[in-house]
Amino acid sequence: MPGLDRRRFLSGLGAAAAVASVATPGAARAADPILDGRPLVRYPEKTDLILLTSRPAQLETPMRYFDRALTRNDAFFVRYHTFPTPSSVDLGAWRLRVGGRVDRPLELSLDELRTKFPRVALTAVAQCSGNSRGRFTPRVLGGQWGDGAMGNAEWVGARLRDVLAAAGVRQGAVQVTFEGLDRPAFPTVPQFVKSLDVARAGEDPDVLIAYQMNGGELPMLNGYPVRLIVPGWYATYWVKHLTDVQVIDHVFEKFWMKPAYRIPDTACGCVEPGMAPARTVPITRMTVRSFIAAPAGGARVEVGRPTALKGIAFDGGYGIREVQVSDDGGVSWRRAQPGQDLGRYSFREWSATWTPPRPGRHRLMVRALNGIGESQGYEALWNPAGYLRNVIESIEVQAG
Amino acid sequence: MHARRVAVTVTLLLGLPLLAAAQTKSITLPPDHVFSDLAPGPGVETTQRACRSCHSTDYVVTQPRGDARQWEGVVAKMMSVYGANITADDAKTIVQYLSRQYGK
Ligand code: HEC
Repeated sequence: MPGLDRRRFLSGLGAAAAVASVATPGAARAADPILDGRPLVRYPEKTDLILLTSRPAQLETPMRYFDRALTRNDAFFVRYHTFPTPSSVDLGAWRLRVGGRVDRPLELSLDELRTKFPRVALTAVAQCSGNSRGRFTPRVLGGQWGDGAMGNAEWVGARLRDVLAAAGVRQGAVQVTFEGLDRPAFPTVPQFVKSLDVARAGEDPDVLIAYQMNGGELPMLNGYPVRLIVPGWYATYWVKHLTDVQVIDHVFEKFWMKPAYRIPDTACGCVEPGMAPARTVPITRMTVRSFIAAPAGGARVEVGRPTALKGIAFDGGYGIREVQVSDDGGVSWRRAQPGQDLGRYSFREWSATWTPPRPGRHRLMVRALNGIGESQGYEALWNPAGYLRNVIESIEVQAG
Repeated sequence: MHARRVAVTVTLLLGLPLLAAAQTKSITLPPDHVFSDLAPGPGVETTQRACRSCHSTDYVVTQPRGDARQWEGVVAKMMSVYGANITADDAKTIVQYLSRQYGK
């Protein structure tokens, strides 16, 4: 169990006080104004996760799970939009339907999806568009996530491209829509449907219909039996419990594409804090982010004793080139040791050793640089929906 | 915490011998957590009635605190965007309740 591993690992470093703060998550989280007071809950197929909402379920992953590249299925965050959410799936009846502007509409069983199309594995980060929304200043309405609405898994599935080719996309196709089993109880609540341009859906070999997650089946709450994987893009496109793929001849603009899930049509996707954007576009590619997962924020560390710093970094598909840490407010930065490269869409694990130089509080910062030179800023950018957060993150630790 | 709770039932229905076995995976979701309960105060019943049908009220209690303008906006959005069926009188009561209990 990672929790235990980690405790052992920390005590191996002699950071006895840090162990105590890990063992009592309430105390570790008390330092966090957004997560303070949120209960830990256990949902089916899940370990203890931080509750955002019960119905529909929205659960976030505690930061300590991000000390490694792959996020366990039972620790993987959960985000739904409408209630009720699918709670039972009969594979005998379940079909993936592909229709619209195609030559041969398909109805595939899970077995057919597994056996008729090449099996592709890809490690990719799912991150909610609104991850860390609770940290926006000024505050914005919406799901008040801390930083745990993200996770990284190895997905195995069929290429969307291969499935569309089997159906034969006709001339004049513009977009493809994706819909799952979710059906809101109130007919006035918009059904969750997303769309991709046919250029990406029909060509990108990395867009998958995944039936396997980290070697096992998908937990129900992460989209059993299959979900769409759109690597590099925010998880709003990663439609869970996928059942309907429709090729259409226009740009789909129903609720969850417009007006929901949009960012200002500006280079930074941001506007002056408190202002409304003049024009918006759908949110797509993820910004560069990095986190320190160990030690926990608020942990006690020992002066003069080397302390292991661990965490992850990721971006929207160019890959992480470098991770740096700073203990002097960003005046100087030191290169962290990169972990194994699991591909350009994956979390990149990193580690560093830091020796607390004197007693008192220390702020440790981390930033990453991606394959095209994008990085993270000192000042948080702002937009009214609370998307795209990529400011340099930091934790405070107490040395004694 | 150590043993993974078995909350999933995977049932293999082998009733009809000539058909392929149907395989069903089901989970049972817990009820709303007490964390979502609205704070007591005048108007709480009206607010509960109006705001608990589509989602749990942790959607409300986790939001940043805000003045009447913020909560008017939220209630109006629930009505116009998601079709919440709330009378003008009840909407007023709810905004008053929310700006008192979850105000700045
Ligand atoms: C007809 C269904 C419905 C009713 C009734 C309803 N809501 Fe909502 N509400 C929604 C939906 C759908 C969302 C978006 C859920 C998501 O994206 O996770 C939402 C989201 C919210 C949010 C999060 C912010 C946002 O805009 O997404 C708040 C706050 C909220 N509701 C408050 C209320 C309050 C207060 C009431 C009672 C006046 C209420 N809701 C009644 C459907 C409803």
